[in-house]
Amino acid sequence: MKYHGKAFAYGNDINTDVIFPGRYLNIFEPSEMAKHAMEDLDKEFLGKMAPGDIIVAGKYFGCGSSREQAASCLKASGISVVIAESFARIFYRNAINLGLAIMVCPGISGMVKYGDILEVEPTTGQIFNKSQGTSANAKRLPPFILEILQDGGLIPHLQKSIKK
Amino acid sequence: MGQTMAEKILAKAAGVKSAAPGDLLDVYPHVAMSHENAGLVSKVFKTIGVSRVWDPEKIIIIFDHRVPAESDKTAAGQKAVRDFVKAQNIKNFYDINVGICHQVLPENGHVRPGEVLVGTDSHTTTQGAFGNFATGIGATEMAAVWATGKLWMMVPESIKIVTHGKFRDGVYAKDLILYIIGMLRADGADYKSVEFYGEAISEMSVSSRMVLCNLSMEMGAKSALVPPDGKTLDFVMSATSIPFEVIKADPDASYLQTIDIDLSDLRPQLACAHSVDNVKKVSEVEGTPIHQAFLGSCTNGRLEDLEIGAKLLAGKRIHPDVRLLIIPASWKVYREAIKKGHIETFIDAGAVILNPGCGPCLGAHQGLLAPGERCISSTNRNFKGRMGSTESEVYLGSPATVIASAIAGKIVSPEGKV
Ligand code: SF4
Repeated sequence: MKYHGKAFAYGNDINTDVIFPGRYLNIFEPSEMAKHAMEDLDKEFLGKMAPGDIIVAGKYFGCGSSREQAASCLKASGISVVIAESFARIFYRNAINLGLAIMVCPGISGMVKYGDILEVEPTTGQIFNKSQGTSANAKRLPPFILEILQDGGLIPHLQKSIKK
Repeated sequence: MGQTMAEKILAKAAGVKSAAPGDLLDVYPHVAMSHENAGLVSKVFKTIGVSRVWDPEKIIIIFDHRVPAESDKTAAGQKAVRDFVKAQNIKNFYDINVGICHQVLPENGHVRPGEVLVGTDSHTTTQGAFGNFATGIGATEMAAVWATGKLWMMVPESIKIVTHGKFRDGVYAKDLILYIIGMLRADGADYKSVEFYGEAISEMSVSSRMVLCNLSMEMGAKSALVPPDGKTLDFVMSATSIPFEVIKADPDASYLQTIDIDLSDLRPQLACAHSVDNVKKVSEVEGTPIHQAFLGSCTNGRLEDLEIGAKLLAGKRIHPDVRLLIIPASWKVYREAIKKGHIETFIDAGAVILNPGCGPCLGAHQGLLAPGERCISSTNRNFKGRMGSTESEVYLGSPATVIASAIAGKIVSPEGKV
């Protein structure tokens, strides 16, 4: 699990309404969801992002509603990992359950600028900012959460245990 | 050592003797609720590879977010859920003519003290008003619950909030919880469980306790709990005959933090645009013009809220430059409001009454805002674009503040008017 991409850096308290607006909540197709990712926050996001890119944010990323489209639209758009100082509880669970890698790294927002190129390794927590030549360590994820992520999310994880 | 309500309830639902913050438990919820997003849940469920849901009695589905359907897409989603409900023999399905999920659940006896309830809606915390550990989860996780009847949970740390004294006139549970959110901030209770104590909480109606637990989500709470008392039991036992066990915190339970609040100082509060923790006294923003006022939602659409509105509106007209939208939280509330004459009062005053449901609260349909417009609302979220244009503003206040402002055409305090 190693990711390499450019960073989209945002501030604190990025809520699910701006990540995936309520008016689209009747969309259940990931490819359709991807078309509205970050729509009310960053109009340039979809035009600029390439598969593998990384979101970096401040405190309390994903606060607000329980809509998992906020995590699935990011995954479907090609975001590989979200790194934040802290996450809102439901977003954190949703991301893991959908197989979207997340990393909790206090202090990260001060060391990454919009457009920096990052190399990250969620299993070990290592973050390397190639543009700035700096590095940081995210908190290690509990082993069973890593296992769900490595299986690709809760459903493949569950399917594996049903087959056993 | 003693345990908090959250620790005791989760331990019981996981079948273990005791639990402490940080413990990871496999929890077996008593009730699993979804609304229209049951469409997404059922879609994911079908990919898991089990043919039947774990328990069709424990799954509750309530349509409320877009009722009646506002688009062909929603209509198709709702139809798919109706078909799934029939195929899986799910007993507790409430269609477009019942009300908002967080109100319909307790009205129909699905919320009982001492139990665990999960819902695919963040404001599921509302049910903590009945001493129920209720929390929001995502659709994929719910699909796994439908398949297995369990989910992992980390036992949260707890925050104890103790009120002292009584509310002043014109000040309500909504003002109290907005004040607390302003103090603790939007992430002040992230991953934590909140418990409410104090004379004013005991004196409060069950409906007002629901306001506290509903809005606790806006400071990140995983659950928000009021210890059950006679009022709780009266309410629950009139709605269900299913037995339950009341669970309260031990006297020597340990809390991360205890917050004391003196109510004698508390004045009407407002969450200003664009975040729920941007809280000011109403007096600080008095005079700001408004274009729309909304009384309703799972936060403040119950009978006591409509009653306050009707009292303020009796014999009056709303300001000619303001649109007032009113949505009773459920059909049960709607019927009672009709009987009491409140609906007639509203219509005479120039208000528009909409079908019980979420309405404009989540910006999906019915009464959205244009760029440059401002709405005062009894709901629980005011994020940018929440109720329509990203260039509109939403201010959150108590039903009394909302209606007093709708009459004045600008933000005003309800003090001295109720
Ligand atoms: S009324 Fe608003 S906050 Fe309540 S469930 Fe509906 S959309 Fe959510």
